[in-house]
Amino acid sequence: MMLTQLRYSRIPPAAEALRREVRSFLDVEVRDLPAVRRADSWMGFDAAFSGRLGARGWIGMTVPKRYGGAQASAFARYVVIEELLAAGAPVSAHWFADRQSAPMLLRFGTEAQKERLLPAICRGESFFCIGMSEPGSGSDLASIITRARRDGDRWILNGRKIWTTNAHRSHFMITLVRTQEKNAERHRGMSQFIVDLSRPGITVRPIRDLTGDEQFNEVVLENVELADSDLVGVEGQGWEQVTAELAYERSGPERILSCMALVNTLIDSVGRSPDALQASELGRIAARLFTLRNMSIAVTAQLQSGENPAVAAACVKDLGVTLEQEIPEIAQAIYDMEPSSEGSDHAKVLAHLTQLAPSFSLRGGTREILRGIIARSLELR
Amino acid sequence: MRELFETTIERIFSDLISPALIHQCAEGAWAAELWNTLEAAEMTWAAVPEALGGAGATWEETYTLVRAAGTHAVPAPFADTLLANWLLGRAGLQPEKGPVAIAAHSNLIYAGGLASGQLDKVPWGRQLKRIVAMVAGEDPQLVVLDRANAAQVVTRTNLAGEPRDTISFDRAPVIHAAPLTTGSHPEDLLLHGAMLRSAQMAGALQSLLQMTARYATERVQFGKPIGHFQVIQQQIAVLAEHTACSLLAAEAAFAESASDVARLPIMAAKICAGEAASIGAAIAHAVHGAIGFTDEHSLHLKTRRLWAWRAEYGSQSYWSQRLGQSVCNSGSRALWPMLTQPATPRGSTVTEILS
Repeated sequence: MMLTQLRYSRIPPAAEALRREVRSFLDVEVRDLPAVRRADSWMGFDAAFSGRLGARGWIGMTVPKRYGGAQASAFARYVVIEELLAAGAPVSAHWFADRQSAPMLLRFGTEAQKERLLPAICRGESFFCIGMSEPGSGSDLASIITRARRDGDRWILNGRKIWTTNAHRSHFMITLVRTQEKNAERHRGMSQFIVDLSRPGITVRPIRDLTGDEQFNEVVLENVELADSDLVGVEGQGWEQVTAELAYERSGPERILSCMALVNTLIDSVGRSPDALQASELGRIAARLFTLRNMSIAVTAQLQSGENPAVAAACVKDLGVTLEQEIPEIAQAIYDMEPSSEGSDHAKVLAHLTQLAPSFSLRGGTREILRGIIARSLELR
Repeated sequence: MRELFETTIERIFSDLISPALIHQCAEGAWAAELWNTLEAAEMTWAAVPEALGGAGATWEETYTLVRAAGTHAVPAPFADTLLANWLLGRAGLQPEKGPVAIAAHSNLIYAGGLASGQLDKVPWGRQLKRIVAMVAGEDPQLVVLDRANAAQVVTRTNLAGEPRDTISFDRAPVIHAAPLTTGSHPEDLLLHGAMLRSAQMAGALQSLLQMTARYATERVQFGKPIGHFQVIQQQIAVLAEHTACSLLAAEAAFAESASDVARLPIMAAKICAGEAASIGAAIAHAVHGAIGFTDEHSLHLKTRRLWAWRAEYGSQSYWSQRLGQSVCNSGSRALWPMLTQPATPRGSTVTEILS
């Protein structure tokens, strides 16, 4: 599908009706959350909060009821997650399971895997991380060397994964590995496995980021034994599966709203009498948030109708994170405030997001990779 | 109806519009065959209610017509006529045969059946039969004036050479007048104009993207098509992103505008189209190199229109400041509800904040 064929879609009234309920829930839940913690957006981790959300039926919402889900539409999930993100709720614990692992298991998993894993995801009790990058494989994901070798009815896993967000506090990692030697067709011979992180042979080492937080990790895998039942989908089809999964990862509201906490403190700092530059920049931010949200909803409509929105998702992510990264710079340019971890809410949020911003265009595929996907759809490569 | 519009208008524009015609019209010619064909196909009455003889199309359906007008750089007031006839139909007035446009910038005074004042930047003013304007004041009115009754027509053009004339009336008879419908506002003409231009700009960007991607596969340098270089691919990808963004923003503005203008979607569409025009035109020219800078090449038929249209009916800076002022006035707690407020049955989002 051509990027320019993306059609405007509205959130249907049935899904829209959830919004009020979510807002009432959040009014209580995040009332006392400091602004700087809201700025963590989907990096804020609170297992107890995830449990309360699960009890409401707001995790794994598109999962069929027989696996513990709400069997709701992609739009219903959209309303819930954008409200969570806009409020700065701490959603990180269940985020990756809800966004990627559950849809992936639904699409490629066996009946047994679905029955075993999905109900706990939906309850907000089972947390997943995604093991893709390796020390030698970042943007060039097809160059991975972590290897699962068949040994009778088992698989033996060796290698290392890196930049794995939440590996130190997740129960499972869905990981992409080689199951065949690399040959001329470099996208062949990869497979996805569900790795129970409590198994022997796994060492998780948190990596401190430049803000001082520990979100991502190195995961060392040494002779980790896996069963056949840990293989997801078809052996050798891992690349195709991962590519399908990335459409879910790239088009959501989390690619637009990472700096909402800062937009809010900026508006309040500027006050009711903005000068021309302040009004102009804040108006532009509002206009772009509005339009990018509509683009993100249009991609959700494609997901809902079973189309493959990989190119449109790449577009939403690139435009979305560009805005997200501009916001701390605009905040600095239009309002005189020294970013500080000890100042006002605005100073703290500005300090936090100024430092966090470089990661926005790295996580989930760099801007160069995304633009390469778009260029391919234009038949330039 | 949308698909029917799309195929019909594409056929008419592809058959009848050429770069030569666009150049002739910029020199003062009138595209008579094109105009007559559009009228014969009832395209200029697309948005007129069926009761008055039109197709009764919604703005959501009419969007494709206006977008196509931008894609093909139509050298006639087609989009403007669509809107003017819709306004007349909404006011219960008979739509016009022949070219008609809105005058969003005027200081018109209306009394005793006569109108006086100056209308600025009237699209194709010199060629129009009738002009639709609004009279502000305690009793705002929609009025129709006959161009032939003008006291003076000063011909001017926008950056792209499209007529944007200044027309003065001195106690000229008003052909039709109707009170403004409830809830509408004299500024609505400006918003309606911005809505039109946002879709025309998105259409022009679509054309730029197509031309640029094609040129990159045809032009060979360093022994291969320049589109094989990553540095070119990445730039064209950015052009594609902003094209998609402006298209969706314009479509939202049209889809949410029913009997009233959808203020936030239109402001957002015009702001995003302006940004897309700045970035997109620059990339298209960079990729085309010197040939795209010539008068002979048709690239400038699109890029110069983008530079002109982004400033018409409120520029990026105008609408950004307006929107930003509202955002600041309402405070941070109102922002997210404003951005997510679903369309009302009347199709006017966030009127309470932005009116």
